Amino acid sequence: MEGLFFNIDSGFIEGLVRGYRDGLLKSSQYINLTQCDSLEDLKLQLSATDYGNFLSNVSGSLSTTIIEEKLNEKLVEQFRYIRSQATEPLAKFMDYITYGYMIDNVALMITGTIHERDRSEILERCHPLGWFETLPTLSVATDIDSLYQTVLIDTPLAPYFQNCLSVDDLDDMNIEIIKNALYKAYLEDFMQFCKTKLPSPSDEIMERLISFEADKRAINICINSLDTELGTDDKLKLLPALGKLSNTAYQHQMAQSDDLENLKTIITSLGEYRNFFDTTNDKNLEDHFYEYEMRLCKDAFTQQFTISTIWAYVRSKEQEIRNITWIAECIAQNQKERINNYISVY
Amino acid sequence: MTLSLMKGKLKGAQQGHSLLKRKSEALTKRFRDITKRIDDAKRKMGRVMQTAAFSLAEVSYATGGNIGYQVQESVNRARFRVRARQENVSGVYLPQFEADIDESINDFKMTGLGRGGQQVQKAKDVYTKSVQTLVDLASLQTAFVILDEVIKVTNRRVNAIEHVIIPRTENTIAYINSELDELDREEFYRLKKVQEKKQQANAQLDAENAARKAKALAEQSQDETKQESQEVPDLTAQTEDDVIF
Repeated sequence: MEGLFFNIDSGFIEGLVRGYRDGLLKSSQYINLTQCDSLEDLKLQLSATDYGNFLSNVSGSLSTTIIEEKLNEKLVEQFRYIRSQATEPLAKFMDYITYGYMIDNVALMITGTIHERDRSEILERCHPLGWFETLPTLSVATDIDSLYQTVLIDTPLAPYFQNCLSVDDLDDMNIEIIKNALYKAYLEDFMQFCKTKLPSPSDEIMERLISFEADKRAINICINSLDTELGTDDKLKLLPALGKLSNTAYQHQMAQSDDLENLKTIITSLGEYRNFFDTTNDKNLEDHFYEYEMRLCKDAFTQQFTISTIWAYVRSKEQEIRNITWIAECIAQNQKERINNYISVY
Repeated sequence: MTLSLMKGKLKGAQQGHSLLKRKSEALTKRFRDITKRIDDAKRKMGRVMQTAAFSLAEVSYATGGNIGYQVQESVNRARFRVRARQENVSGVYLPQFEADIDESINDFKMTGLGRGGQQVQKAKDVYTKSVQTLVDLASLQTAFVILDEVIKVTNRRVNAIEHVIIPRTENTIAYINSELDELDREEFYRLKKVQEKKQQANAQLDAENAARKAKALAEQSQDETKQESQEVPDLTAQTEDDVIF
């Protein structure tokens, strides 16, 4: 049934996104990129792809930072274009995608505020997708309470903040915890939205994608907090209540284990994540995450009449930006032996 | 008196020269050693910096964004401190820098908690190493500059003593010696002259005496002849008491 009416609202956008997807770099193009000897060569190779001459306005010598910046600009531009075409529930869905970036920006802004940095300096570093009107005013707040009352209450992030509001003073430790607590709330909310508001194929696909995102965060939080003073209870508060690892038993085990081996045993007991700690081919955990995510994203495109392709596309594009940056970095630093560590699935 | 003073000075200069020469040699030895170590350290730094820069690239790949700001802001206390102390190499104080890592301080442990935390920690370790190399290099480099300066000064002193002070003192001594000899000779000549004069005077005196004597003799003989001529006719005419006939 959904397929019947899908094209009325979202047909154009789906076509657009699939067109964009075809513009993603293919394995053969990546191979060409890795053959480059200098960033100029890379620019030349990229000009033959969908990126066209996106670097033509750059004066002076190229650097990986500039390339990354321009690639990001391209992504933001495409995202904004799609967003401007979107109707409900797609518009809301796309807003949800931006909330993740908003959380990052808020955390960044708070960090900067605590250390009394120049506001414009911090604003420059904010991710453009996570931009919202009241973001610059965040710097007036000095404690979480006033932050919430004056600024955040008007933003879509307000409900997430409710859960992690405490009277604790803002410090660096807390910000990272707040950020992750917000992210947990965000993922849970996003999941709820997808399940209830999205039509049939989209919700299933999104459930898979968000679950994995949640698992990824859970695993990362547990591993990265191994040597810190983060207690079991604190960790439990940060672990999202969705995904394959959301089972209470798993969560408790993960939060309680205090060495890497223990965690490995727990995580690898899940079939899908079995080979995540396999370190052959110079791959680390992060690479495995990215690879798995990209596979999921690629699968997302196999279904028609779904708006989950947009999420998959944004993620794929981000991965592509990371890949290109990585290759550029390898070329710039002359470290060719690891240049093939990029992840390409298309 | 000045001569003995000068001789003392010369001796001092020579001793100082040999001491300074030895110092300069010791410093040069040290200098070469440091040069070699700087070379090693620089090569090592090149390697370490390369891996460090690369690990940063890994971080940005894993975290997918710029975490630099976050890291900058979350650091409150210095984990890596540099201590300076002094080392004495043949009278030259060389500063030595030592890295001191306080393992208990780890301010941005939480950075990248959600993603890429391991890479952040790895990059931190690699950069710690690279900073350590830099500190080593810094102390070597400072020592290098200071030693260079000191060696130059010492060599200049050695050369100054060898080529200026010692020859000058030697010249002075030679001059004093020659002057003294001159004085000696003068004195000798003067003495000789005095002797000669004395001899002359004596000779004259003798001559005068001789002339006077001769004159006196001549007068006497005249007298005698006169007397003889007067007395001879009658020896017996005189009657003397002691003549007993």
